[in-house]
Amino acid sequence: MKNNDRWKKTIKTLFARKVAMFSAVVVVLFILLAVFAPVIAPYDPNYADFASFLQGPSGTHLLGTDNYGRDVLSRIIYGTRVSLIIGVLAVMIACVIGTFFGMVAGYFGGIVDDVISRLMEAIRAIPQIILAMALTAVFGSGIRNLAIILGISSMAGYVRMMRGQVLTIKEADYIMAGKLQGNKDFRLMFKHILPNSISPIIVMMTQQVGSTILSEAGLSFLGLGISAPTASWGSMVSEGRLFLMQNPVFALTPGICVAVLVICLNMFGDGVRDALDPRLRGEV
Amino acid sequence: MEHLLEIKNIETCFKTDGQLVKAVDKVSMYINPGEIVGIVGESGSGKSVTMMSSLQLISSPGKVTGGEVYIQGNENNMLEYGPESEEMRHMRGGKVSMIFQEPMTSLNPVLTIGYQIQENIMEHLHLGKEEAKKRTIEMLKMVNIPDAEQRFDYYPQQFSGGMRQRIMIAMAMSSEPTILVADEATTALDVTTQAQLLEMIRDIAKKTNTAVFIVTHNLGIVARFAERIYVMYSGSVVEMTDAGRLFANPEHPYTRALLRAIPRLDDPRDRILIPIDGLPPNPATRPEYCPFYERCEYRMDKCKGMKKPELFELEPGHFAACHLTEEEKALKAAEIAGKELKKAPRIEAGEELCLEVKNVRKYFPIYKGMMRKKVGEVKAIEDINFKVRKGETLGIVGESGCGKTTLARCIMRVYRPEEGEIFFGGTDIANFSDKQLYPYRKRIAMIFQDPFSSLDPRQTAESIVGESLLLHKLVKNREEYEKKVDELFRIVGLDPALKYRVPHEFSGGQRQRIGIARALSSNPDMIICDEPISALDVSIQAQIINLLEELQAKLGLAYLFIAHDLAVVKHISNRILVMYLGRVVEIAECEELYRNTLHPYTKTLLSAVPVADPVVEAQRERVPIRGEVPSLTNRPSGCPFHDRCPHALDRCKKEVPMLKDTGNGHEVACFLYDK
Repeated sequence: MKNNDRWKKTIKTLFARKVAMFSAVVVVLFILLAVFAPVIAPYDPNYADFASFLQGPSGTHLLGTDNYGRDVLSRIIYGTRVSLIIGVLAVMIACVIGTFFGMVAGYFGGIVDDVISRLMEAIRAIPQIILAMALTAVFGSGIRNLAIILGISSMAGYVRMMRGQVLTIKEADYIMAGKLQGNKDFRLMFKHILPNSISPIIVMMTQQVGSTILSEAGLSFLGLGISAPTASWGSMVSEGRLFLMQNPVFALTPGICVAVLVICLNMFGDGVRDALDPRLRGEV
Repeated sequence: MEHLLEIKNIETCFKTDGQLVKAVDKVSMYINPGEIVGIVGESGSGKSVTMMSSLQLISSPGKVTGGEVYIQGNENNMLEYGPESEEMRHMRGGKVSMIFQEPMTSLNPVLTIGYQIQENIMEHLHLGKEEAKKRTIEMLKMVNIPDAEQRFDYYPQQFSGGMRQRIMIAMAMSSEPTILVADEATTALDVTTQAQLLEMIRDIAKKTNTAVFIVTHNLGIVARFAERIYVMYSGSVVEMTDAGRLFANPEHPYTRALLRAIPRLDDPRDRILIPIDGLPPNPATRPEYCPFYERCEYRMDKCKGMKKPELFELEPGHFAACHLTEEEKALKAAEIAGKELKKAPRIEAGEELCLEVKNVRKYFPIYKGMMRKKVGEVKAIEDINFKVRKGETLGIVGESGCGKTTLARCIMRVYRPEEGEIFFGGTDIANFSDKQLYPYRKRIAMIFQDPFSSLDPRQTAESIVGESLLLHKLVKNREEYEKKVDELFRIVGLDPALKYRVPHEFSGGQRQRIGIARALSSNPDMIICDEPISALDVSIQAQIINLLEELQAKLGLAYLFIAHDLAVVKHISNRILVMYLGRVVEIAECEELYRNTLHPYTKTLLSAVPVADPVVEAQRERVPIRGEVPSLTNRPSGCPFHDRCPHALDRCKKEVPMLKDTGNGHEVACFLYDK
């Protein structure tokens, strides 16, 4: 089978999965919302109109207003930006650092592996949300810090996966061939091992964006994430729950948004996994 | 019913990418009681699929689409019963038993072997538990498992590969089948074990009047064991006759070509292998006309105009599927014989040494427990001494676990030997660091066994071949690089236009050529070939052997040719080194080793290799083989071969014999030749 064919086949399988395609469309809609937020949002998300606070949905405010009189719809649209930026950024950080350490640990083995693996096990032993809470307490919140913190707290998974990948690929004859030709260790790692072990990492990345967004929402809900007045879905749910009686839409919509985006990202991730793995494609 | 089993015009299709591919195209076969029938063919020729189809063991996306199967004792076409029907279940296992290739995976690891055989007997012979156990032990004894009563409660992993295959045979025979199908049953085993097992199968078959199908790609095996042979090519039987006639008087051009392409143990030194050009057709795009047409030396224009030829009886009991008449074939044969054969160019090896290995020893530690305490050592290789001259080929043979690969890896310095010197071009590289080794990396290259795993699947052929050029700065600029890569492609007989493809777009033979081009790229003095052709089909092997010989003559390379196939090693090497359990037991010139074999182990090894000619086979002296290769962890004291050696002396148990020159450069490590 040709290499091009393989990619074509992967994409073809992906397109053939209706659930994955539907999820992809939803995710793309959210991305468009985030990118074009200033154009789409009807109001400034931080403009407080104290004259009309906690109103229900109406013609002027489609989803009503919050306790400061800010437009809920606009805040949700801007909140999409925060969620997606943190989700993607954190996953990139986790993937780059985790893949590198995993590769080093798997390739060199011995004491290097022991140190990296034990460290990662220590990180995994602490629940991610608690670890992230501790780190925000130290480094402070904000979009950049939150992305770094969530990235670091989820990188152990990449380390472990990459290490396992490298351990099997390292035994292949072509790696020995490369070594015998005089390749230096790092060249061997980046030129021969990395390209051959990347596909499960890609799958893991697509699946992790969702859970990272969920973590961010959780932290923001607890008041440890994005600080006011920046709109974030998690903090909106947190604020809105106090006013469920006055304007239930205020708390419910951001919650629904988190759920829909995370579910769609996960289902898309599953689709990518199926498409990349010939066994799940039903070929072998 | 005249035959025990008769398969008529069976047809099997596989559905891939929405396309129906005929893997087996109207194959007919039969077998009589007590008969041993060989089915030979290259991979993908449909030999296994034919057998599986007749037992309805084909799973989706495959489907048996036509044909009839009759077995004695049932009037009806067996294919009319469903695959899971009572009748089919009774046929499989009850009347027809199968032994598969992989002894490591065909036994259930969580059940004792006794239980597994006993279960089979209870199911098919309807015996009680106690009786079944008695019969199980009888069966184990029949396949020469020592201490059968105790071994009944052993688990599969407590047995070696050869032993497990014996157990599989015991299990297959336990239900008193009338037909035994051995599908490449000995391919994964060593030659001596293979010979032992096949002889045992033959004896059992003759004793119990069981018919046996031997399905294999090895022409030597069928020449030695089969009485009647089917030759398959691209999903069809192309020739069928008794073993003697097939080898003495092959009729189909494919059979003729095959016999000219394979090296034989009894070949003279200057035998020229004539490879079959091209590749077997892809079954998806197989033409309507004769599938062998594209590669056939005898082809005539009329072959292309006609449908695929049917089997035709040339003389009683000899069938071939070819459109040519006897006269046309004779004419063509004369024409082919008249063609000047391209003689494999050979150079005489110089006196200058390329590699000298002195007293090399490599042990691997065994660790146990939480603290990884060292509890012992695997003595992989010991006291290895040999020399390789420039432009010479030294063949290294031995069974699996004898340390061939460890030795190669010590020379390549993947491992650092515990002791000894490795002189390469006069410098001892045995204890060099990676940095010191760097300049030597380009001077010793390696060709690997498996062309599928030795090329990085994500790199283009061009970057695989050109990597060394860049690493060692052998080219000055991009232009020179491109030129050099193209040249390397041409040297190994590949079209440089294909260089931007990735490995899986090439066939096995082409990939091995890429591997060879990669080895040549750094302009090495020596190439270590670790089983370079054993993963290839027989018709492709000759192409690669010839290419290696040609390159040696052109570039003056020294080869260290490691293989378990003695015929191939003998064909290509100047000298041969025989290893047994980590030690060198004999080194000699090729002819000398074959004509004047000294070491008892070499004798058994040579006699175990089947020759693709029943006449020669019948005259050969058989050296009986005792036992199996012991594991390296409990190597016998003294001479490693003493417990299997028919000539063992008391001294052999205590002392280790050293290599001694007996004249003529023939060295042997055996006390029998001590003066």
